[in-house]
Amino acid sequence: MNTEFIYKVFGYLVGGSLRNTVALVLLCTFATAERTTAQEPIIDNSIDSILPINLQEVIVISSYKKDLEHSAHAKPLSTLDEYLEASNKVSLIKRGAYAWEPMLNDMSTERLSVTIDGMRIFGACTDKMDPITSYVDVSNLSEVQILGGQQGAEHGTTIGGSIDMQLEKSNFNPTDWQAAIETGGEANNAARIIGGELNYSDEKFYVDTDIIYRKAENYVAGGGEEVAYSQYEKYNFSINGGVKISNSQKLLGSFIFDEARDIGYPALPMDVSLAQAFIGSISYLQDFFIGRLTDWETKLYANSITHIMDDSQRLDVPIRMDMPGWSDTYGFYSQSQLKHEDHRFLFKLDGFYNRSLAEMTMYPNNSEEREMFMLTWPDVRSINTGFYAEDVLSFENSYLKFSTRFAFQSFNVASEMGLNSLRIFYPDMEQRQTRILKSVAARYRIEGDNFQFTGGLSYGDRAPSVSEGFGFYLYNSFDNHDYIGNPDLKNESAIEVNASFVVPINELKIAMEGNYFHTLNFILGEVNPELSVMTIGADGVKVYKNLLYANLYNISLNATYQLSNAFSLSGNASYHRGTDQDGENLPFISPFTYASTLAYTQEKLIASFTVNGAADQVNFNPDFGEDRTDAYTIFSLAVGRNFKINEDKLYIKAGVENVFDTNYSTYTDWNNIPRMGRNFFAAITYSFN
Amino acid sequence: MKTIKTIIAVILLSISITSCSEEDKDPIIIDENPLAEYNLVTNVDANNHSIEIYSEQKDFTIGFNQLFIRIKDNDMDTYISNASIQWKPVMHMTEMMHSCPKSDVTKTENATVYTGYVVFQMPGNSEEYWDLELEYTANGQVYNAIEKINVKAPLDGKRRVNSFVGEDDSRYVMAMMPFQPEIAVNDFEIMVFKMENMMNFPVVKNHKIVLDPRMPGMGNHGSPNNEDLVFDVGSGLYKGKLSLTMSGYWKLNLILVDENAAIIKGETITSDNESSSLFFEIEF
Repeated sequence: MNTEFIYKVFGYLVGGSLRNTVALVLLCTFATAERTTAQEPIIDNSIDSILPINLQEVIVISSYKKDLEHSAHAKPLSTLDEYLEASNKVSLIKRGAYAWEPMLNDMSTERLSVTIDGMRIFGACTDKMDPITSYVDVSNLSEVQILGGQQGAEHGTTIGGSIDMQLEKSNFNPTDWQAAIETGGEANNAARIIGGELNYSDEKFYVDTDIIYRKAENYVAGGGEEVAYSQYEKYNFSINGGVKISNSQKLLGSFIFDEARDIGYPALPMDVSLAQAFIGSISYLQDFFIGRLTDWETKLYANSITHIMDDSQRLDVPIRMDMPGWSDTYGFYSQSQLKHEDHRFLFKLDGFYNRSLAEMTMYPNNSEEREMFMLTWPDVRSINTGFYAEDVLSFENSYLKFSTRFAFQSFNVASEMGLNSLRIFYPDMEQRQTRILKSVAARYRIEGDNFQFTGGLSYGDRAPSVSEGFGFYLYNSFDNHDYIGNPDLKNESAIEVNASFVVPINELKIAMEGNYFHTLNFILGEVNPELSVMTIGADGVKVYKNLLYANLYNISLNATYQLSNAFSLSGNASYHRGTDQDGENLPFISPFTYASTLAYTQEKLIASFTVNGAADQVNFNPDFGEDRTDAYTIFSLAVGRNFKINEDKLYIKAGVENVFDTNYSTYTDWNNIPRMGRNFFAAITYSFN
Repeated sequence: MKTIKTIIAVILLSISITSCSEEDKDPIIIDENPLAEYNLVTNVDANNHSIEIYSEQKDFTIGFNQLFIRIKDNDMDTYISNASIQWKPVMHMTEMMHSCPKSDVTKTENATVYTGYVVFQMPGNSEEYWDLELEYTANGQVYNAIEKINVKAPLDGKRRVNSFVGEDDSRYVMAMMPFQPEIAVNDFEIMVFKMENMMNFPVVKNHKIVLDPRMPGMGNHGSPNNEDLVFDVGSGLYKGKLSLTMSGYWKLNLILVDENAAIIKGETITSDNESSSLFFEIEF
């Protein structure tokens, strides 16, 4: 057996006392290292195929082919959130340094389909402090696929699009044994990262395992102010493997365990003592199926999430409370393809069952009084069964794609107590309800000699989320209101138009794209002045309502210019706008943003200089706690270097983010918590034969 | 095969016969206490009778008490059926005596069991005490009995009765009907009596009670969709709806309003006034 071990070594765990000196030490290491001339993998400096060719985006996290993992990103071993943030399409709502909530087309969790390898998972936190992206890590992902609007309907019902995180798999490549250890560090928040993996793969069998551990202290904002309660600690373990039953039949399995503890949320009044996920799946793949159907894939999956929100670390709270939540999901999908002449069909049947339960216990300051208790998610059992079909029609230099999804979604409020509490607001509320969901989309793409055009038109709808439909006094610290769900909400539906246009002019490539969502029955919280607040100090109570409609549009312009063989310049600017039927601004709509990167890419040396920023947030909505967020411009630098030492490979990367230690916050920063100030980071990867 | 079937049949038959005969053997338990689920709060020995008084609660407690009475003939060792009973609870205070609101004593479906309610507005103490005067007719003969009873304040100290002087200078007694509070919209009932004199407390009719439940332990927040209590002629109760959005300690603030919409007692809750002077308390 040809056993080959590849170690990826990064030599230092950054300690809090060593802040700011670490980067210098690492840079010295880098400067004195010996130059070599052997071939290195070409490291993609940009993290994704930035140009919005398919109105979609793929964020490369690690590729099997690259034995230097995570090097695709400007900051290797950074959190998945930072990978996502570097993307053009995804923005992230930040409540702290951990578990940022992804937004796509200015829409967040309830309007998106977020999946891991096609598996539906739902966070267990009523306050959206545990988006699904927080339960995986870059160590076990190969890429993140982002699809806008109804393009994302393949994975589930959506309005804004889908984010599918794909697990990294050896996938029967004859690589035999592989092992790696990797570590990294950051100066600003004394983040230490250590991980390792052990993989075996041959043509009949493979198994991949990896583990990663992260710990960070409070970070320091620009100007030197420490942001209290911004620490976190997490580890993630995953194993996945496969067996080839025959040349055309495969059995795969995967399991992820993720646990985070002591996570601070500086923007919120509570922290999280435990966020834990068990995520598992088994799938069966077969090249052929019934008749002319091919590529049959069936997956069964289950996941269980526990999220314990508490305020025991906070010194001064009006009342102590615990808010645990649980979310369990069991699901399946089965899909197959059919190729016939110019057509390529995909048929997919899928379903899931989710149970969401969350409760709140408040401990009165008067110890004589009994504790107070309520169900904030009343044990809601959701069942969704759907059918998805698409047909891609290929022509000479263009294609046409039709896709549709049809689904039944039912809700059952299983807790008697929960049902009774909701019936305080809705006396005639039924215990069960069923909704029919549908989606249709058409897309056309043409590739001319000197242009590329893609256009699409689609319609889709979604059921309310558990919080929107059945939440009970969920406190939102951003607009300082308690939220009450509304089981009578109508489905929200959106008509979406999108187009993109790419023109290469010699070394310059320009891409423009835009999309427009006309959302009917847009679900949003509306103040009900008659209701009494539950949370001490809250300004009022909002109840979810269907607005008549809301309009959202996003326009972006991208350009890359190859200055020379080594130098390239890329830029991106985008504008977003969202208004309701009365012309009022929707919350969490990005102001004008821009980013530009000057990159130097040589065989051994890569360097980048990045500027990004935003204009003043002019269109904000104070009713949702927003204020005018000031413009900012941030500069970052990163340098990476490959070495060859005998047969071994060494990759060092170091950089500075927010070079000028600017104090700023963006429109996505919950309660305007400032972002991280100047931050030195470094990573070394050492792999040897 | 046939034999097996026969054997099974025989076995089955014998089982059923045995079970039948067991039932037959069991006599109807006439001695079973129909009030076993209640608490015996006092036993008055008088006239060679044992007068057993049962309550839904463990003791005579201030507030509403649903009481059940049985009279045992000690000689015959039987319970007296179809008696007619009158009662009068009297509070012996240091300087005066008074009674409290009460219903008539009526017969129940079980001819040996009688029931009625008493609303005690104060507990007894070392100097002041309640006694219960009973006058009953059994087999055409009138008997009298009197017994000192121990009326206690509820163990949880929560207020379930109000005795007050209204804006109209009349004295009132107001009691919350017992109920098991739940996180839900609860049926909520109150009795209101006017103290006509020391011994008479007729039911007050056709007033209205404004309800505003609050949680003082949590910013004094309220709850939605409560219904003020209105008088129900049939039951003589004020009935309304009480929404409880969570478990814990609730203060049920009240305003008693007469038929001319004049406030008799109670104040509206504002940011400066966290509580009405007229309220009940629950904790669950």
